[in-house]
Amino acid sequence: MRRIGVLAAAGLLLASCAGAADGAPASVSSLSGDLLVSAAASLTDAFAAVAAAFETVNPDVAVVLNLAGSSTLREQILEGAPADVFASANASNMERLVAAGEVAGRPAVFATNELEIAVPPGNPAEITGLGDFARGELLIGLCGEGVPCGDFARQALAKAGVTPALDTNEPDVRALLTKIEAGELDAGITYVTDVAAAGGAVEGVDIPEDQNVVAAYPIAVLVNAPNPDAAAAFVDFVLSAEGRALLAAYGFASP
Amino acid sequence: MSRRETTRRSPVGRPPLPLVALGCLGLALFVVPLAGLVGRVPWSTLPELLTGDVVTEALRLSVIASVSATGIALVLGVPLAWLLARVEFPGRSVVRGIVTLPLVLPPVVGGAALLFALGRRGLVGEPLNRATGLVLPFSTWGVVVATTFVAMPFLVITVEGALRSMDRRFEGAAATLGAGRWTVMRRVTLPMIGPSLAAGLVLTWARAFGEFGATITFAGNLQGRTQTLPLAVFVALESDRDTAVAISLVMVVVSLVVLVALRDRWWRAL
Repeated sequence: MRRIGVLAAAGLLLASCAGAADGAPASVSSLSGDLLVSAAASLTDAFAAVAAAFETVNPDVAVVLNLAGSSTLREQILEGAPADVFASANASNMERLVAAGEVAGRPAVFATNELEIAVPPGNPAEITGLGDFARGELLIGLCGEGVPCGDFARQALAKAGVTPALDTNEPDVRALLTKIEAGELDAGITYVTDVAAAGGAVEGVDIPEDQNVVAAYPIAVLVNAPNPDAAAAFVDFVLSAEGRALLAAYGFASP
Repeated sequence: MSRRETTRRSPVGRPPLPLVALGCLGLALFVVPLAGLVGRVPWSTLPELLTGDVVTEALRLSVIASVSATGIALVLGVPLAWLLARVEFPGRSVVRGIVTLPLVLPPVVGGAALLFALGRRGLVGEPLNRATGLVLPFSTWGVVVATTFVAMPFLVITVEGALRSMDRRFEGAAATLGAGRWTVMRRVTLPMIGPSLAAGLVLTWARAFGEFGATITFAGNLQGRTQTLPLAVFVALESDRDTAVAISLVMVVVSLVVLVALRDRWWRAL
């Protein structure tokens, strides 16, 4: 057993020497340590896949995903949370951090998303569009104000000229989905990607283009990142063709 | 109060230094965050912040929910504690575990469990909804249910402990003198556990007043209907820091006043 270990170590050493001798980058990346990525709740599934792929390329880096509403993440960062990367579901939360001097360089938009109405399977309340959100007898939920999905939803409702008969303001898009999946809410407004990710647990009702809102997701390395090199590599990876392909698999569009 | 302190002081001498140091460190863990909060209070705008709709409606809901939860806990929790303390039945330790479960469960889990049980599509909620039209989630009743679920165990364990440790010879004597079982309960048992009952009620109220996780998960978050003070703080933290700090200050002051005032009067039993 021990001999195998020694041989393996020697092999690795040789491989890295060979790599160095060639002047080419070593096949195993030099990045290491924990990488804390604070990402919008709507990125939950997509970023789990992105993080796994990034760790395959950088085996010594452990990506830790901190998922919550973008506004919650923003406050955590403003209060000094040791995050390396911030991926927001809208521009305004990122801009607040830029204004506060928390962002290194300029944020880059890596994905876009649109809104869709989510209803429980079978659409028991027979929701056909945003107009139904004014029906007082239904149980209607949105993300809270300040949370990107909540702000976008209110923009879409305003475009449609609908005042919602609201029953709850959920802290993030996943909390909203949970209540729709359970059938406790008749309808809510989430992202296209969330309806897709939920599989059959919720159904989607399309919002027409003229009422819909395009959400742009910016990503950036933070000034106080404890692991800045890995953070920059992660952002590059998200923006790379491979990263975009992973995001596309979860329904995100390229900017 | 003063008499007890003099008897406590004399024979031991000065308290050992390591105990004092560790105790002060423990105290610092509670005091430092409070200081951080007070340091952020926007004193000049405080009156306007606290008289806004969001705060007054949340305060009203918090008072309604915490007082209702305490009342329900009194009516249901005392009999439950009595059963646990006085009636031998198979599986009693399991029941005792179930009763104390909300103390250790994350409140969010409790809220989700309530949603799956008492929601419109829930185990009990669906037949209840069909029979009465009642929908608990997203209603003020839902807030009361969620806070009661989380807070009632404090009353049950406090009262059960008192019932088990009290001297039962007094009840026996009353019965020998001809008092019926109900009279014994009313005239002997309840007065004897009075201080513990009061302490349990205060703890229950305090836990209900601060309830957040089960409420937002089960009852949702809507100003004027389900948004209690803790939920209002949570929302305000992300949009309006000054209001969040102002509400937090109200919660600290109200809780502290109640706990200090009632502790001096009743809480010696603990």
